[in-house]
Amino acid sequence: MSSAPDLDLDHVAKLARLALTPAEKASFSQQLGDVLHHIEQLAKVDVTGIEPTAHAFPVVNVWADDVARPGLPVEAALRNAPAQRDHMIVVPKVVE
Amino acid sequence: MAVDLFFKSIAELAALLEAKTLSSTELTSALIARKSAVEGRVKAFNSSDDADALAQAAASDARRAAGQARGPLDGIPVGLKDVISVSGQPLTASSKMLANFVSPYDATVTVNLKRAGAVVWGRLNCDEFAMGSSTENSAFGPTANPWDLTRVPGGSSGGSAAALAAGEVIAALGSDTGGSIRQPAALCGVVGLKPTYGLVSRYGLVAFASSLDQIGPFARTVEDAALMLGAIAGHDPLDSTSFKAEIPDYRAGLKQRRPWRLGIPKEYFGAGLDPAVGAAVEKAIAFYKSQGCEIKEVSLPHTQYCLDTYYIIATAEASSNLARFDGIRYGHRAKGAKDVVDLYAQSRAEGFGAEVKRRIILGTYVLSSGYYDAYYLRAQKVRTLIRQDFLNAYREVDALLTPTSPMPAFKLGEKSDPLALYLCDIYTIGVNLAGLPALSVPCGFTPGGLPIGLQLIGQPFREADLLAMAHTYEQAHDWHTRHPQL
Repeated sequence: MSSAPDLDLDHVAKLARLALTPAEKASFSQQLGDVLHHIEQLAKVDVTGIEPTAHAFPVVNVWADDVARPGLPVEAALRNAPAQRDHMIVVPKVVE
Repeated sequence: MAVDLFFKSIAELAALLEAKTLSSTELTSALIARKSAVEGRVKAFNSSDDADALAQAAASDARRAAGQARGPLDGIPVGLKDVISVSGQPLTASSKMLANFVSPYDATVTVNLKRAGAVVWGRLNCDEFAMGSSTENSAFGPTANPWDLTRVPGGSSGGSAAALAAGEVIAALGSDTGGSIRQPAALCGVVGLKPTYGLVSRYGLVAFASSLDQIGPFARTVEDAALMLGAIAGHDPLDSTSFKAEIPDYRAGLKQRRPWRLGIPKEYFGAGLDPAVGAAVEKAIAFYKSQGCEIKEVSLPHTQYCLDTYYIIATAEASSNLARFDGIRYGHRAKGAKDVVDLYAQSRAEGFGAEVKRRIILGTYVLSSGYYDAYYLRAQKVRTLIRQDFLNAYREVDALLTPTSPMPAFKLGEKSDPLALYLCDIYTIGVNLAGLPALSVPCGFTPGGLPIGLQLIGQPFREADLLAMAHTYEQAHDWHTRHPQL
C-alpha cells in the first residue's frame, strides 16, 4: 500500500514526545500512509467562505464565580505521582 | 419461563425493590454471582470492588427501610466504562499508562448516579483511551461478544455493552466519540444512547476528543435508557461546555405518539452495508410507516467526507489531550531516562499501545506547522458542511433512521488493518461531528443469530422525542426480551 511521502515520522514523533521502535516506524509509515491517502479526498470539497466549526454548539464567556472552594488535599493530589518527596513530585534535573 | 433476575430491566427491578419483595443486597449478590459464572468467558470487567458494591447496596436497603428511597435507580447496580472516574476506584482507560491509577474524585455522572441511589459497581473494559471499534485495543485483553464468544462486542465501550448483554450489570455508562456507545449496543443487542453534545457533563471523563466526547447510557430497554439519561443529564459548572438545557421527564415523555416525519438518508444505505442489516432496518422503516409516520428520503451530501473529517479532528484533539501523560505527575514513568525529555518520550513509548500511538502521530502531524491549514482547518470547515447537512434535513423531518453499524459483530482479530476498522464507524461519526443525539435500539438478528441495531438520529436536545420514537418500535417487537445463552 501507499506510504505518505510528506510524513516525516521522526520529526512528528519528536514533536509528540513519543519514542518509536524501528518496527513501529515501519508499520506506522505504511498504515498512516493509507489513512492519509484516504484523507486526501477532503481536498476536493469546496470550502470557500465556510467558517470552521470547533464545537457543534459554541458557548462563549463561560465564567466561574470567583469564590474559593475546597480543592484536593495534597495527599490525594499526589496519590498517583510516580515519585514524591516532602509533598512534592520528584522529577529529573532540568536545570544545570 | 421466569426471567432471571440479572436479565430484568431497571423498571421491573425498581418495582420489586419498591414492593420489598427484593432487596438491593439480594440483587447485587445475584449479579456478583452471575459475574463469577460468566466473566471468565465474556471478560467485560477490568476490575470490580464487590465489597464496596455490597456496602452501597446495604446503604440503599437501609434508606428504603427508613422510607427514604430515592427513586427508580435506588439500589440498582450500574457498571461504568473504565474512563469514568469513581473516587477511590481504579481508572485505567484500559491502558498500561494508567494501570495503577486510582481516581481522587468522582466524575459528575458518578456523583449523579450515587445521588440517585445507584450501586456504582465495576470498571468495564474498552479500547485503550476509547480509541477503537472492537475493544481489542485494551491493554487488558479483548472482551468477547456474549452472543458469540468468538466475536467482538464492538467498541470502544465494548465492556459496557457486553456486561449488560451477559447479565452482569443492570445498566451501564459508556462514552461516545464516534459511535463508541451506539455501535457496541447494536453488536450486543442492547439500547445505547449518545446524548446531544453538552447535555451530560464530561467532568471526570478521561478526555479523548473533547469537542466530540459524550457520556451516555446502555440499557436493556428504552424506558431504562430514559431513566438513566434523566439521572445523568444536566448543567454542570465543572464542565464549561455543558449546556443549561431544561431536563424533561424522559420516562413520562415515552408515551407521546405522533405521526413523526422520518428521514432516510440515502447515503447510509450504499455499498458495504451487510444485507441482513439492511433488511432488518428496512423492516423497521416499514413499521414506522405502518404507524402513520411519514417516511421521506433525504440526502446528507457530505456523508462521504465524515470519516476523514473525523479522523483529522479526533486525532488532533487526542494528541493534545494525551500530552498530559508524560510520566511526571501521574501514570507510567519509564526507568533509566537520561533527561526529562527522554523521560517523556520513553514513558509514553512504554505506556501507550499501538493504536493510541498511531492516533497521537496522526494528530500531531495534522496540527504541525505547514499542514495545519491543509488538514485541520480544512476538516473543521468540512465539519461545518456536515453539520449543515443534518440541520437542512431537519427542516423536512423530525429524525433520521439508519443502520447503526454497517455489519454485525465480526470475528476477534478479523480486522487487523486500522483503516478497515475505522470504516465500522461510517454511520455513527457524522452524529458526533454535528453534536446531535442518537440512539441504537435492537431491530432484529442475522440468520446466524447476531444482533442488529437501528439508529435514530434526532435534533439537538430533543432526546425525549428520540426515546419516544424508539419506545414505539420496541413495544411492538420482542427483540429486547431475547438474551444470549451463556
